Amino acid sequence: MFEAIAFYFFSAILIASAVMVIAARNPVHSVLFLILSFFNAAGLFVLLGAEFLAMILIVVYVGAVAVLFLFVVMMLDIDFAELKRGSLQYLPFGVLIGLILVAELVMAGSVWVLKPVMASATAHATPAGMTNTEALGRILYTDYVYYFQIAGLVLLVAMIGAIVLTLRSRPGVRRQVISVQNARTAAMAVDMHDLKPGQGSEGSA
Amino acid sequence: MLFTNLFAGLGLNHSLAWFISQFLSILIFDVVLLVMIAYLLLADRKIWAAVQMRRGPNVVGPFGLLQTFADLFKFLFKEVIIPAGANKVIFMIAPLITVTLAFAGWAVVPLADHWVVADINVGILYLFAMSSLGVYGIIMAGWASNSKYPFLSALRAAAQMVSYEVSIGFVIITVLLFAGSLNLSDIVRAQAGATLFSWNWCSILFPMLPIFFVSALAETNRPPFDLVEAESELVAGFFVEYSSTPFLLFFLGEYLSIVLMCAMCSILFLGGWLSPINIWPLNIPALGVFWFLLKICFFFFMFAMVKAMVPRYRYDQLMRLGWKVFLPTSLGWVILTAAWVMFVRPHLPGMP
Repeated sequence: MFEAIAFYFFSAILIASAVMVIAARNPVHSVLFLILSFFNAAGLFVLLGAEFLAMILIVVYVGAVAVLFLFVVMMLDIDFAELKRGSLQYLPFGVLIGLILVAELVMAGSVWVLKPVMASATAHATPAGMTNTEALGRILYTDYVYYFQIAGLVLLVAMIGAIVLTLRSRPGVRRQVISVQNARTAAMAVDMHDLKPGQGSEGSA
Repeated sequence: MLFTNLFAGLGLNHSLAWFISQFLSILIFDVVLLVMIAYLLLADRKIWAAVQMRRGPNVVGPFGLLQTFADLFKFLFKEVIIPAGANKVIFMIAPLITVTLAFAGWAVVPLADHWVVADINVGILYLFAMSSLGVYGIIMAGWASNSKYPFLSALRAAAQMVSYEVSIGFVIITVLLFAGSLNLSDIVRAQAGATLFSWNWCSILFPMLPIFFVSALAETNRPPFDLVEAESELVAGFFVEYSSTPFLLFFLGEYLSIVLMCAMCSILFLGGWLSPINIWPLNIPALGVFWFLLKICFFFFMFAMVKAMVPRYRYDQLMRLGWKVFLPTSLGWVILTAAWVMFVRPHLPGMP
């Protein structure tokens, strides 16, 4: 009973805040609603018994990705109301994509229920006697470690590619070398001169 | 957890008994926590004063013991001022989020063996999530104030916290590799041994303690990393526009997360509730809370001394320390710890 209440609570807020993400006029409000919907999705994960995924969702998406989102959106100076004025003409296209997604979800879900082959797959989300952190770790780092490493390599190449694309080497930039700064002493930085009145400091330095 | 059997004994059904007992333990925990914060706040000011050869608060109550409560009532009775240009809803939600997240993190902290509100098996990830979410209170406050200094402060907070979270995450990974569990109670139990030298600070993880401690300073915006509220540049940072109770909530949330970080340090590296020497009168379960509090106080003392003695970092120095020093060190240590756990530890039965 409690589980049902929690499920409807989380999913109602999830759907409402997801609608508000696209309906809110202020882009910062949109991002905040997005964060709220992430939270409720994490709540649904916990109800499903996938507590590791729930925590990772919060740590990665809410704790890091959405912070950067908010960071960028707060600084943008775009008139979003102006931008949104034309958005209704894309409505049929958006509805079409939504319908395709719903149809595919229904098909995938019905296969899961109707096909007898899938019954064994639904029996244990995680192997018995194992937390789902251990189960995920075993699959990723033991059973499929090479695929995991290849995925990591692809990401590394993408990261280096992004850096190479945006890196500009500018000549004549004075770089800060911390060790040189720290090695500087008073004897190196201060020069004492005995100035005669009326002569100025030119030439003595 | 603690009172479930008590209420079940009174003839209530199990789930109701669980619900009431959970509610009661949260209530008791929070009240104790608030009183503890009140005195740690006073201790912070006293230590700071002692370093500067002042007396600190000494007027309200004996030795100034009631100073925090006087401050509390002063905050409560002031008028709440909301700037006309502010985004009112987010302006008021921001302090609530800060204080709620700071309280929520404490749910998984084990005070002693089995003395924990929620003994979940991803406890350390939960704590990490809650401490990294603290940045939202600051960003929302800074943005909603619709004022330049708070906004600059919010931008600084976002960059600073995301940078130091990375190294905190890696330090946590080394500890959980070592303990083989994400449950905080199990991490403490894995450190059990004859003396305090069996705890994590005295194993291969020893360089991770200073890295975690300094990252915790940066994550909670404590001096020398308090660039988010730098008085000399940003007036008071994200809470310039706040007054009265909303300000009090920010203040409370900040100290709650500082003490939470102290608790995390002692759980991850100083063996949580374990006694320094594992002999009979010292290791009885009832003393666990005492040892845990002692360790929290030790780390809080260190926090206060750092605040009193270390000059503030410049922003580029802060970023350099986070990305160029702590990130490579902690990442390298993850690999080293994994190699130790996998290849060396099985051959050294006596070593932790």
